[in-house]
Amino acid sequence: MTPVVLALHDIVKHYRRPRQRLWAPGPVVQALRGVSLQVRAGQSMGIVGESGSGKSTLARVAMALERPTLGSVRWSGQDPNALDASDLRLARRHVQMVFQDPYGSLDPRQRIGQIVAEALESSAVAKAREQVEESLLAVGLSERDADKYPHEFSGGQRQRIAIARALITRPRLIVADEPVSALDVSVQAQVLNLLADLQEALGLTYLFISHDLAVVNHVCDEVAVMYAGRIVELGTPGQLFQAAAHPYTRALVGELPRDRPGVAHGPRRRLQAQTSVRVQAGPTLESGACAYAQRCAYRQARCQVEAPELRVISQGHQAACHVAESVMVEHLGEQ
Amino acid sequence: MSAAGTIERVDHDRTRPAAILEVSRLTGTLNTARGPAQALRGIDLSLAPGQTLGLAGESGCGKSMLALAVMGLLPAGAQVSGSIRFQGQELIGASDAALCRLRGNRIGMVFQEPMTTLNPLHRVGDQVAEPLRLHQGLSRASARAEAARLLDRVRLPHAAQSLRAYPHQLSGGQRQRVTIAMALACGPDLLIADEPTTALDVTTQREILELINELVAASGMTLLMISHDLDALARIADRMMVMYGGSVVESGPLDAVVTERAHPYTRGLFAARPRWSALGEQGAKRRLQTIPGRVPELADLPPGCAFSNRCAWTLDACRAGLPAALAIGPQHEARCVRLNEPGFRS
Amino acid sequence: MRWLERAWRHPGFVTGTALVGLLVGAALLSFAWTPYPYAELDIPHKLAPVSNAHWLGTDSLGRDIASLLIVGARNSIAVGLIAVGIGVTFGVALGLLAAARRGWVEELIMRLSDFTFAFPALLTAIMLTAVYGPGLAISIVAIGIFNVPVFARIARSAALAVWSREFVLASRACGRGPWHISLHHVLPNIMPVLIVQATIQFAVAILAEAALSYLGLGTQPPQPSWGRMLNEAQQMLFQAPWLAVYPGLAIALTVLGLNLMGDGLRDLLDPRLARQR
Repeated sequence: MTPVVLALHDIVKHYRRPRQRLWAPGPVVQALRGVSLQVRAGQSMGIVGESGSGKSTLARVAMALERPTLGSVRWSGQDPNALDASDLRLARRHVQMVFQDPYGSLDPRQRIGQIVAEALESSAVAKAREQVEESLLAVGLSERDADKYPHEFSGGQRQRIAIARALITRPRLIVADEPVSALDVSVQAQVLNLLADLQEALGLTYLFISHDLAVVNHVCDEVAVMYAGRIVELGTPGQLFQAAAHPYTRALVGELPRDRPGVAHGPRRRLQAQTSVRVQAGPTLESGACAYAQRCAYRQARCQVEAPELRVISQGHQAACHVAESVMVEHLGEQ
Repeated sequence: MSAAGTIERVDHDRTRPAAILEVSRLTGTLNTARGPAQALRGIDLSLAPGQTLGLAGESGCGKSMLALAVMGLLPAGAQVSGSIRFQGQELIGASDAALCRLRGNRIGMVFQEPMTTLNPLHRVGDQVAEPLRLHQGLSRASARAEAARLLDRVRLPHAAQSLRAYPHQLSGGQRQRVTIAMALACGPDLLIADEPTTALDVTTQREILELINELVAASGMTLLMISHDLDALARIADRMMVMYGGSVVESGPLDAVVTERAHPYTRGLFAARPRWSALGEQGAKRRLQTIPGRVPELADLPPGCAFSNRCAWTLDACRAGLPAALAIGPQHEARCVRLNEPGFRS
Repeated sequence: MRWLERAWRHPGFVTGTALVGLLVGAALLSFAWTPYPYAELDIPHKLAPVSNAHWLGTDSLGRDIASLLIVGARNSIAVGLIAVGIGVTFGVALGLLAAARRGWVEELIMRLSDFTFAFPALLTAIMLTAVYGPGLAISIVAIGIFNVPVFARIARSAALAVWSREFVLASRACGRGPWHISLHHVLPNIMPVLIVQATIQFAVAILAEAALSYLGLGTQPPQPSWGRMLNEAQQMLFQAPWLAVYPGLAIALTVLGLNLMGDGLRDLLDPRLARQR
């Protein structure tokens, strides 16, 4: 069995907002409400959700940039939150991150060479230069780019630089937080291809976070759909796209335009019925109700009082819904 | 009418039914840090009343510049030539006062970033009421009542209470609804939406798109929607225009552009989107088709066709000058010198 | 560098730099040569008007005013450099520390700054001179102390803005600790703000020294000082009003030059950075 590179167990993360009254503490935002997942070596796990679902918080907790309120994080068996500063520094070589904003994630005052070498030890300057050039070539840039500044590059190129920075320590795992969301369509395609190529060449493992299911489809073996701080469905892209077992996934997938030959894109197709009432980001929900119930087309009485647990629906496919089977069957029927 | 299979050149001076917006040979030059940039190169477009035109393209193609040129809102130092006629009135060279009478009144505009479009220090209700008080001279009370009605129309939850809210108290989607209400306040004949859904969540995007769709259909308004999201445009547009390097490379009825994809850039753009194909390849990771190279800065456009240095079918003729617009089908044209060749577009 | 080209076209910056250059040039010159030794008294020729012998005339003790001015420039620069230097070194360090550690460290540093702010430089100088006796060194220390909270505050708020940016998060994700981040990411990014503030504080320091010397708490005779020259001129106001003009003009032009330079630097450094996308 391939080793588990990243394991999250029952992660709960709460934030306390600033107090609004002098005598009472501020409200608690439940960003993550019990998330567990495992990513095996060489695989790509996608996390899909809208803002407020907790996916970015999950990325930061997985990177040990924030401590979980409850639950544990393991990098190849090791708990980064239990390490001291120097051991953690060493451990971080194996887990790197690519961020969403190509303009914000690079220090405008540093040269590319410095930026890419960020994770390397400060000693051995010559060797560092060699590694930097190697990294830049691997992402399709040239060695001469190491002496330039970020403002001389376009968004897509900056994302390549961010990827080069993440690669330099030969990590096992890369956490990519919406790496292509800020890019144009054609540039997006280039960067996605690059990520796929690098995974094959270097045996990388990805935790790929996105709001776009179609993008995730191209990079990921497994996808976890998040809603209001919980994983509501987990499965392969094929299972999610054809036999989604959670109404939210169904809603996300249902709107994906499909390439069916002979059928032109229908303009003014009616969208799935969605109420305009939205759950605020990081809700403080009464425990014991399904977070999606207010918007759900399959809502039943049971959903208002009992929050469904994530359970196995079929091989490699889990969903947190009381009526998961009927949702799945209905979706299959539409194919 | 010539024999089927040959392409005619398009004659733009032919009389056509009264268009609400008629742009001819629009050329715009901006001053950038790298010297003068031709942001708009000979744009022609014609919008019939009640039509929705989807303007597609990536960053730096000039689509936002086109919207700003129509509104007369290009940055100082920009030079514009050609003609923009709105309901017969020439907008280029029009006085500031004349343009102000049109903006927010007969032409409404929705921008990408609702947080910067709305003044964070003013209440939402006051901001929606502003165009009403300015252009229709309503009193404070009646403007407020109308604003409440508008907010309800854009399906803002708790519209009456929201009048007194500040922008930061609303979510992104709610703020965008407010900007739409502001743009529609005086019942404009033309609505220009510049990337209205880009800054929003994926589910909110659908809601806002649906809202715009519905409002436009209900009022018979003409809509010019600009987006880099081809799928969003495909949902609501009647006609589609694709821009690259400051010029319109392809323009035609939605179905024609989306299925035929005559211009090599259109072809590349549509092919580069990540799709889910229901036929086979379930979950298999496929390479995406990409267009090699990257979008040039407007100040560094190659001579002739702007796409020539990235196109797989470039000839020397492509670099000679901006290709003329050739007709491919009814109201469907593209700027490519090779459209004539048999087998080129299959 | 393109930066220099742009700088050359900014009229305020060029004027300011020219004026400051004049000051620095005069001060440097004074080490090598002065028209007359500044302390040389020439009572028979006291209060002489402008002439070929004395380009700006002489003061009440017959000293050459031109020499006094350019040697006085030395002191002004010394005060500016050292006092601002103290402020920058300690203030920026404290500001960076406050922004990096947050919590009680930040609170402590900020409250100490507030406390120090409450005492005007003048009061600090008076307290110090009461203990250690008056002099140039003491006035430098007093002004320097006052500069520390100025830079601490500015450095802290600018640093906080940088800490919230994504490239800092990326640096943390690479395993870098707060020291490295403060030195390699935060400090370079807050430089523009600090540079501009330094030129402003330079001008303030010169004015403060002049005030202290005027009150007799700064440079002591026979060391020349623009502030003391003003004091002496005040006593001769009805007999030789022009005596006040020279040091006054010197101070005014220096401060003006520094302010113009600071404004110019702000214009040149900030929006350019924002526009380089």
